[in-house]
Amino acid sequence: MPVTRGGLQQNVGTQHTITVLVENKPGVLTRVAGLFARRGYNIESLAVSITEDPTVSRMTVVASGDAQALDQINKQLAKLIDVIHVADYTDLPMVERELALIKVNADTSVRGEVMQLVDIFRAKIIDISDRTFTIEVTGGVEKINAFEKMLEPYGIREMVRTGRIALVRGARTAAQT
Amino acid sequence: MEKAKKSQIEKYQAGPKKGPASKVQAGQKVSGARALMESIKLHGGEVVFGLPGGVMLPAYDVLYDDGGISHILVGHEQGGCHMADGFARATGKVGVCFATSGPGATNLVTGLCTAHMDSVPVVAVTGQVRTTVLGKDAFQEADITGITMPVTKHNYLVSDPASIPRIIAEAFYIARTGRPGPVLVDIPMDVALAQIEYHPVTEVKMRSYNPEVAPRLDNLDDAARLIAEAKRGVIYVGQGAIISGAWREVRELARKTQFPTTTTLLAKGTMDETDPLSLGMLGMHGTAYANFAIRDCDLLIAVGARFDDRVTGKVDAWAPGAKIIHIDIDPAEIGKIYIPDVALNGDCRQVLQALLPLIAERGPTEWNEQIERWKQEFPLWYPKGEDRVYPQAVCEELWNVTKGEAIVTTGVGQHQMWAAQFYRCKHPRTFITSGGLGTMGFGLPAAIGCAVGVPDRPVWCVDGDGSFIMTSEELMPAVQHRIPVKVAIINNFCLGMVRQWQSLFWDERLSAIDLSYQPDFVKLAEAYGAVGIRVTRPEEIRPAIEKASEINDRPVVVDFHVVRDENVLPMIPAGQTIEQMMVEKPR
Repeated sequence: MPVTRGGLQQNVGTQHTITVLVENKPGVLTRVAGLFARRGYNIESLAVSITEDPTVSRMTVVASGDAQALDQINKQLAKLIDVIHVADYTDLPMVERELALIKVNADTSVRGEVMQLVDIFRAKIIDISDRTFTIEVTGGVEKINAFEKMLEPYGIREMVRTGRIALVRGARTAAQT
Repeated sequence: MEKAKKSQIEKYQAGPKKGPASKVQAGQKVSGARALMESIKLHGGEVVFGLPGGVMLPAYDVLYDDGGISHILVGHEQGGCHMADGFARATGKVGVCFATSGPGATNLVTGLCTAHMDSVPVVAVTGQVRTTVLGKDAFQEADITGITMPVTKHNYLVSDPASIPRIIAEAFYIARTGRPGPVLVDIPMDVALAQIEYHPVTEVKMRSYNPEVAPRLDNLDDAARLIAEAKRGVIYVGQGAIISGAWREVRELARKTQFPTTTTLLAKGTMDETDPLSLGMLGMHGTAYANFAIRDCDLLIAVGARFDDRVTGKVDAWAPGAKIIHIDIDPAEIGKIYIPDVALNGDCRQVLQALLPLIAERGPTEWNEQIERWKQEFPLWYPKGEDRVYPQAVCEELWNVTKGEAIVTTGVGQHQMWAAQFYRCKHPRTFITSGGLGTMGFGLPAAIGCAVGVPDRPVWCVDGDGSFIMTSEELMPAVQHRIPVKVAIINNFCLGMVRQWQSLFWDERLSAIDLSYQPDFVKLAEAYGAVGIRVTRPEEIRPAIEKASEINDRPVVVDFHVVRDENVLPMIPAGQTIEQMMVEKPR
């Protein structure tokens, strides 16, 4: 941790949502992920996709740490040759979403209850078997966490989450932040 | 081509029958390998340090008769990479090395990491197995781009032969611009063999890499104000000042402010170390007066330095009363260790050129007198008049004989620190050493690279016996190409720095340091066709250095049998403060 005159700075770690625009080339994900690992920063979630420009990929990284640690990781990311732009969304108004697929136990005795929960959370049942539902839910992290908690008593067999994706509110784009 | 360059190429040409420099016209059909060599020449590559192998043969076939570029066959690829590194550090140009796939490529890793840690522009080209078998565990296949990702500034695996001219242009551009570093280009054999239409690429445009931005100078006035207000300023210079060519500006800053100036190990020579304002090197084995100055200063001007732990020791107790002005080209260095009071992000030379006119000339003050008193009380010192060879005496005598005008390279360990302390550099790019990675074995190959790049300066490698053993095979190319490097082995028959740490911090439990089964270095030198000289008595030191200096057609190894249990002092133990500094006063 960097030092200011007069001793170590104490900072509470907070979650940061970092958007990284990179060249759409092989190996770029390894470079970004390797940088986090090498410098000792933990990635909490990572989502990678193509963008409106097919030569550009977009990575949304959620990482936690104090302000200085994140400033350092942003600068180190920007130094990677294949990184076009780094935008830290933490202090910006943004919309963030995550998608989860959850396979939950739902035999005939509890189907009605589970379907009510699905309604309340505006989720969707996308597959059904004699013993299970597979449910799709999108939303902010907290909503998905809450939904997961509500389903736990029925027995979650399997779950997968995409990791967070985010856009700044308004007309502004990542390249402009 | 200018005369010196031509004679140097002729002198070091590797192939048996070189013709004139090849000339490829734009649009001409050539192999990927010829496009590679043409591109290397186009971007200033004059000499390649390398070792061929199966998949590199397309490139080596081009090298065979192209008089436009020379090649030095190395003993080991690590040596080749260090030679390219030494060449780059001594000349400021990009160094080039070649290795074949698999083990050839993995042997480069230490060399690349060394260059990466010390921001040295090196372009390494490796052969790779054919794309048809890539990823199938083919013979001599290694994922070298994967392996070297953390130890290069950037790397490429070339899949499209037509992209070779662009990728080589980018590789040289990335290596030498911004904060320099090594770039590796991995070329599969079928890509090197493919026929392409050659179009030279002279201009590089990359949307994701724009290093040549103007410095951010919005707080230049704040810096000037801090300098004007400071009573006890210190200038702390790192290698960034050498890379940006800012030594004149650093010296002018020192002259104008009269601030004492200390350099890191890698920045030696930025200040003329015989100048009264020079404090020599700071840090763990720096001069006591440099470290006292850091302790008591109220302003620290960091120029192209990165506050390495070997400089600072315990970070939050270092320079406790100082405001910090940090000048650096790399934004990630600003605020990495200390949050500066004033950050000037940009090329050191450009920033200093903008800053200097804002600074008023000052005369010496009480602060300068204090520094002088420390210099008198705690000079670098070792016992004299004894009938034993002190390692410090060897370094000092080397300075006397060469008048501080030689290029000095080192291995890593005690000898490196003694060379840094007692060889007072006068010029930048004359002290070449592995600072960041601390690579033993760096000295001899780096010296060869320096001698190839700067043939008109004597080149001395001050080495340890342990370091020399690691890369002594590079005497072979030095003999082959009549490269008159001189190696001064500070031979204490042990791993001296390890012994020092075990003595001081591990209760004298000397574990795995004995090198008494080393070869006879004089005989070893002679076995290679080099000259070997042994020194066992103090009065032999100077004649041996003088004799070695006169030999100009082959390498010389001078084996100095020195006092075995001498410690490097002063010493601030790792992670501690100046209060724990061990220092001896002259007896």
